[in-house]
Amino acid sequence: MNNPDKPIDPEREKRKIKSVKRMKDIMTHYYIDAKTTDQTGKKVAWITSGGPVEPLIAMDVIPVYPENHGAMIGAAKMGVDLCEKAEEMGYSSDLCSYARADIACATVNGGPIGGLPRPDMLVCCNNICGTVLKWYEVQARYFKVPLFILDTPFNHTEYTKEAYAYVRAQLNEYIAFLETHCRKQFDFDRLAEVGRLSMAGQRLWQQVLDTAVHRPAPMSAFDAFFHLALIVTLRGTRTVVDYYTELLDEMKTRVATGIAVVPGEKYRLLWDNLPVWFRTRWLSDKFAAHAACLVADTYTSSWCGTLKYLDENDFFGSMAEGYSRVYINIGTDQMAGMVMDMVDKYSADGLVIHSNRSCKPYSLGQYDIQRIVQEKRGIPSLVIEADMTDARNFSESQIDTRIDAFMEVLKS
Amino acid sequence: MQHSKQFQDIFADPKAYARRWKEKTGGKVIGTLCSYAPEELILAGGALGFRIVGGSGSISKADAHLQSYSCSLVRGALEDALNEQLDFLGGAIFPHTCDSIQRLSDIWRMNAETGFHLDVVLPVKLNTQSARNYMAAVMRKARTDLEAVLDKIITDDDLQKAIGTYNGIRSAMKRLYTLRRDRPGTIDGSDVHAIVRASMVMDRNDFLNSLTQVVESLEQQPEPESKTGKRIFFSGGVCNLPDVYSVIESAGGTVVGDDLCTGFRGLTGLIDIGGDPMDAIADRYARRAICPAKHSGITRRGDDLVRLAKETRAQGVIFLFLKFCDPHAFDYPYLKSMLDAEGIPSLLLELEEQIPSEGQFRTRCEAFMEML
Ligand code: SF4
Ligand code: SF4
Repeated sequence: MNNPDKPIDPEREKRKIKSVKRMKDIMTHYYIDAKTTDQTGKKVAWITSGGPVEPLIAMDVIPVYPENHGAMIGAAKMGVDLCEKAEEMGYSSDLCSYARADIACATVNGGPIGGLPRPDMLVCCNNICGTVLKWYEVQARYFKVPLFILDTPFNHTEYTKEAYAYVRAQLNEYIAFLETHCRKQFDFDRLAEVGRLSMAGQRLWQQVLDTAVHRPAPMSAFDAFFHLALIVTLRGTRTVVDYYTELLDEMKTRVATGIAVVPGEKYRLLWDNLPVWFRTRWLSDKFAAHAACLVADTYTSSWCGTLKYLDENDFFGSMAEGYSRVYINIGTDQMAGMVMDMVDKYSADGLVIHSNRSCKPYSLGQYDIQRIVQEKRGIPSLVIEADMTDARNFSESQIDTRIDAFMEVLKS
Repeated sequence: MQHSKQFQDIFADPKAYARRWKEKTGGKVIGTLCSYAPEELILAGGALGFRIVGGSGSISKADAHLQSYSCSLVRGALEDALNEQLDFLGGAIFPHTCDSIQRLSDIWRMNAETGFHLDVVLPVKLNTQSARNYMAAVMRKARTDLEAVLDKIITDDDLQKAIGTYNGIRSAMKRLYTLRRDRPGTIDGSDVHAIVRASMVMDRNDFLNSLTQVVESLEQQPEPESKTGKRIFFSGGVCNLPDVYSVIESAGGTVVGDDLCTGFRGLTGLIDIGGDPMDAIADRYARRAICPAKHSGITRRGDDLVRLAKETRAQGVIFLFLKFCDPHAFDYPYLKSMLDAEGIPSLLLELEEQIPSEGQFRTRCEAFMEML
């Protein structure tokens, strides 16, 4: 916003990512579309962030993401209110704050966009957690709409043929579910096309993230948290491909012209877990003040991490593996391995671990990951106790001190 | 109660029992973390299934691996494993259940020295044909995996025998629960609890024999003075707190039924005999009383709870959850409202490792009893 009392800092202006505006427009249009289906007659499905969205796109169903909504609620600092409301409804304050905020929001149409559009159906994929199963059961009872569950067995040490056969069979059930509730036949050619666009979008997103291997990095994890929304919500559309193409160009230009997102970047850090949505700005400034840039994170890369399992020529068939082997549906030691790959790839000097009270499958095991990375890569790490949406679980003074102390270790 | 002395002894020190069993038989003791563990396969393999329901003391080593927001069961179990409290185990089996147990399995595998480690990644969804097929496939895989680690072929004959034992146990437990429902003075809540806990540890054939004797003698006892306590049904998760029963009883209540994880939930459903044993085992897992970490329709647990509360003519339901238990905490509001709709009052008691403050706990129970 233009504040007349505050002169525009040309340095800061130069570092701003220009695509941000376009991204905001796309998201605004997307939510307008989703909220005006009474005029267009389109159907709305609520789907989990790691869920198989492509068949919905192929069916012209508008996918809506309660988790993305949860992130918006968090960023708008409306999380505490809604979480408290859920607690009044009887939900324990120890449950995932996305779930609490969403469950409460559905009953009052609150939050930054006046609530999500009412779902015609719910699609829940448990590849991220068991929480979404319970959460979607709550919403299925509340909205009295059909619920489809894609059950993707956890991969502790191996991806089994039994699990593959099970998920593959469920994909057929998913199509049948959509045909029933959309009252039309599924078009597999259309899905093949959507699949190609989905993969193209994922590749571009990975390339965008990869630009941060450059020193200084043209973008940080905080930027990735923002630009992530598209690969989550509109994966499988042309819009995503076009947008990330543009964003990638901008990043390449920044690299070519030496624009650093953190001026005087000295330290490169890797972030683990979801963002702290209500404090991203504060955290980003805090690290930048130490000349530290969070060059990558394990969270945003999850939406392009399974490209190697997807097959452009058999997208439908390969979805079984692609959706089963996502980052948090694998063993802690495999996750540690991926963290180390990222440490190497992005030349990280340290690891910042967000121990997220809301997300047990992401957070339990982090101490072991920390230990393994410390042993094998010898880099220091910091654990921040927080939550992605519920600001009651964030102690600013404590975290401030801990970051300072951690940076002292890095600098010495 | 005199009959239940041997169960009380095992319940008081299950580890000592397992050690003795191991010494005596030379067999392997296998730790299990959930009521969905493939018990029949363990028995058919000649091993002793040992259900781990929490820790035995304060937490220190586990803190290096688990955040404070994991439930006391998960933290306590890991503490025991890291503290060599479970050194008698020849292996551990982790059925897939909640997010916390899921990660506990990884952390355990990487850090604990308790023999072999098997993950049995069951389906989360139980009410479709493809889930049943997967359940059966997972059970077959578990059989092969167990054969490898036990170095023993598990024959169909072994399986049929194990199924016979488990069907016997589950039928006898049902009779015990019926007694408790129909003649609440016959047996104390804490005795039933000790029996249930012993069922998770004791040599299963010995257990079946002892249990059958107890049930038969109880059934023959003359009708006791009818107990006037308020009829209470327990609903919830893992509960290794015997004191809960004495608190309820001294507050004027009688426990007439439960759907606890360390209660009746794991003891429901018989295995069909005659067909393929593996399919039959898998089938029972899909049919038995459901855990909140699994899915079988959106009101299955509520329907079951209302039915059981009515069947046991419960005047009130007490929910018992461990703090930080997501699956139960998510179900609580809808279960409560389904009970409300039936005019059945309920009380939620969230438990930490120990009853947080006995006094407060007692006061809440007493207030609830008075209200009924
Ligand atoms: S934050 Fe974690 S627990 Fe919550 S919905 Fe996402 S993956 Fe599940
Ligand atoms: S008590 Fe709840 S959170 Fe703890 S292990 Fe059991 S189901 Fe999981």
